[in-house]
Amino acid sequence: MPPSPGPAPMRRQLLCPGEPRWPAGLSDLQALGDRYGVPSVSVEGELPALPGVAVVGARMAGATGQEAARRIGADLGRRGVTVVSGFALGVDAAAHRGCLAAGGQTVAVFGCGLAVDYPRSHRALRTEVSLRGALVSEYTAWDGPRAWHFPHRNRIIAALSRAVVVVEAGEKSGALSTARWAAELGREVLAVPGSILGPANEGSNRLLRDGARPYLDVSDLADIVPECAGPRAYDPRRGPGRPDGERSSPARARDHAVRLLALVSAEPAPRELIGQALGLRASELAVLLGELELEGHVRSLPGGLVARARW
Amino acid sequence: MVATAISCAVQGLSGVPVTVEVDVANGLPSFTIVGLTDRAIQEARERVRAAVRNAGFDFPQRRVTVNLAPAEVPKEGSGFDLAIAVALLRTGRELPLDDVACIGELALDGGVRGVIGVLPMARRLAASGIRRLIVPAENAAEAALVEGPEVIGVESLAMAVAYLEGRLHLAPMAAPPMGGVGASGGVDLAAIRGQSIAKRALEIAAAGRHNLLMLGPPGAGKTMLARALAGLLPDLGADEALEVASLYSLRGRLSDRPATSLRPPFRAPHHSVSRAGLIGGGAGIAQPGEVSLAHRGILFLDEVCEFPRAHLEALRQPLEERSVAVARVRASVVFPAEFVLVAAANPCPCGRLGEANGPGCRCPEAVVTRYQSRLSGPMRDRIDMIAEVPRLNGETLLGGPPEEPTARVRERVATAQARQLQRAGSTGAGANALLDGDRLLEVCHLDARGRDALTTAGERWRLSARAYHRVLRVSRTIADLGGEERVSREAVIEALQLRIPAQ
Repeated sequence: MPPSPGPAPMRRQLLCPGEPRWPAGLSDLQALGDRYGVPSVSVEGELPALPGVAVVGARMAGATGQEAARRIGADLGRRGVTVVSGFALGVDAAAHRGCLAAGGQTVAVFGCGLAVDYPRSHRALRTEVSLRGALVSEYTAWDGPRAWHFPHRNRIIAALSRAVVVVEAGEKSGALSTARWAAELGREVLAVPGSILGPANEGSNRLLRDGARPYLDVSDLADIVPECAGPRAYDPRRGPGRPDGERSSPARARDHAVRLLALVSAEPAPRELIGQALGLRASELAVLLGELELEGHVRSLPGGLVARARW
Repeated sequence: MVATAISCAVQGLSGVPVTVEVDVANGLPSFTIVGLTDRAIQEARERVRAAVRNAGFDFPQRRVTVNLAPAEVPKEGSGFDLAIAVALLRTGRELPLDDVACIGELALDGGVRGVIGVLPMARRLAASGIRRLIVPAENAAEAALVEGPEVIGVESLAMAVAYLEGRLHLAPMAAPPMGGVGASGGVDLAAIRGQSIAKRALEIAAAGRHNLLMLGPPGAGKTMLARALAGLLPDLGADEALEVASLYSLRGRLSDRPATSLRPPFRAPHHSVSRAGLIGGGAGIAQPGEVSLAHRGILFLDEVCEFPRAHLEALRQPLEERSVAVARVRASVVFPAEFVLVAAANPCPCGRLGEANGPGCRCPEAVVTRYQSRLSGPMRDRIDMIAEVPRLNGETLLGGPPEEPTARVRERVATAQARQLQRAGSTGAGANALLDGDRLLEVCHLDARGRDALTTAGERWRLSARAYHRVLRVSRTIADLGGEERVSREAVIEALQLRIPAQ
């Protein structure tokens, strides 16, 4: 009789300071005071190269915030930079997903034990992160998600990173506590500038006013993370690159495609406005957008918005 | 002594001619009605007795038995009163009743009141060879729509008897001309600023009779757009209009929509509607629900996620079979329900998900997912297209070029529908929305470029087989609107833009 396969190998293990795989960044916390030190962490999956770059922000982020997080995650992931985040809904998840979609590795720092299924809707993402990166928690396996855990685990996110990028944080967002930890630990803090019209970006914009560096593009990280150096992926002054599939289409369509990509390059734009700006009928616009979407140059977002997709 | 008169029982959209037999015999005075009757007919005894006396006739102080034949057909409602009274009076006097049928409810003073369902009854009676119809004056106009029998509207029992005895001459009701009244009433597309993408979706939906889901925040104009869609459908044929009017007659709703209207109906039930109100049913005569009142027109479900889930599930049958069966105790009746479903929903409970500017959505992701999943799979499967209806800013609302009026778009829609009919030819398949399987692939006739677009999209967005079919159906309609014989790549791409995202 062949031997039974037995239980799946447990990919979860406990790391303590001094072990070879202990992330060095975590020891920096000890310097802030005994109560902030991390005695041990549970890890599920393989810890990728650390320190990485943290991308954090609001749970209830709007379409633009999530899109920004996804893009930052992807830009980092593509360059082999580990994306660290908090596995929450909204910005955190978008950053994890963007990084994974671009083939990168990512670390999710939990506010509860690793055996706890939280947030429930992230089950699929959890598997993917554990296969292509690692889940990290300082809590014991079955510790539940307590409200005070989250601001506390933010210090781990900051410690595991060379820089923290804050995306769409409101006035009281937990992402601001990550930024504070980063400042104390001497990590660079960056923030994505947002609209001044609503409360959604109040926290991240305030960080900018208080001296955080603006994040406009992955090259803003170049002096901290060498992998991010190189030509700007996209320069609005130079205009978008030529989409691949355009060779066969007539000049007018190519011209429209270029103008359309310019319109959505900065932030997602409503279809209605794009149609008006290009002087296209709804059917013509749908064909143009459809071709660009099929080739992966743009993405449709909820609410009739169109965004530039760069991967 | 036995005398008879003809009336009609309603069964769904059809009916059964009923012979009212009255026997007056010696014995203790009594008045009995038999023949599978309901409460309303049992109460007819009191109405008939009083009406006959108050109309100036004698009510026989003998043993009166009324039988409504055929006895196994259930009969409901107050429409037999007049026939019972006339048959009763025939036992004592000469009242010629050759090929005459009587419908109407009696008032205690001998007056004749209107009843529901006169139009379907008139159609049924005409088919069985009745040549003269005596109906309540207020129902005369609808009955006169039926070709064949002379329709005499009466206001009282005395008037009906005088007419039958030949003492009173009453001119038959002239059939009112079809069309004319209430021809529009919808919203003209030109009155809606912007929303060009949604308008294009309406055009496609109207041309191929595709079911449509509109997603957008409150106040963006979803209701206006749905009303405009009703205006895009071409006029009904005379037969279709009569069928629709019959349904309204059964529901007693001809006041909402004139029987002579050729415009496709537009129904927008509120989400508090009962299941019977939506699907059909109710106590007494089986009444058509909103799905049948929307027959050959538009059924608009605003805030579709607020409808009870059971109601939405119940829509599956009409959406699939284009008709709805209403189960009764002794039988089930079938009402036609061939409508274009237009569902509108907020993207999330607060309605601000995906808004470009403003305060933005504050709904937790889980709540959004739960909200959107209320539109269950089976419903989604039956919806071919989705159109985002974003809230527009003031600039778009005030400026912009003049919008295309409904009349122009309707011409294109009519041309596209004519193409579909021509293509269907003898196969009997009608609108593109009904195409499926091999027939769909055959009529789409994709070229290599179109096929390529569909394959790429299928891989990129992991389209299911059902999603493929939806895209194909919609692209066939887009090609029909463009006058193309084969479905081009452009049509496929445009259809892909209107696809339902996978959940």
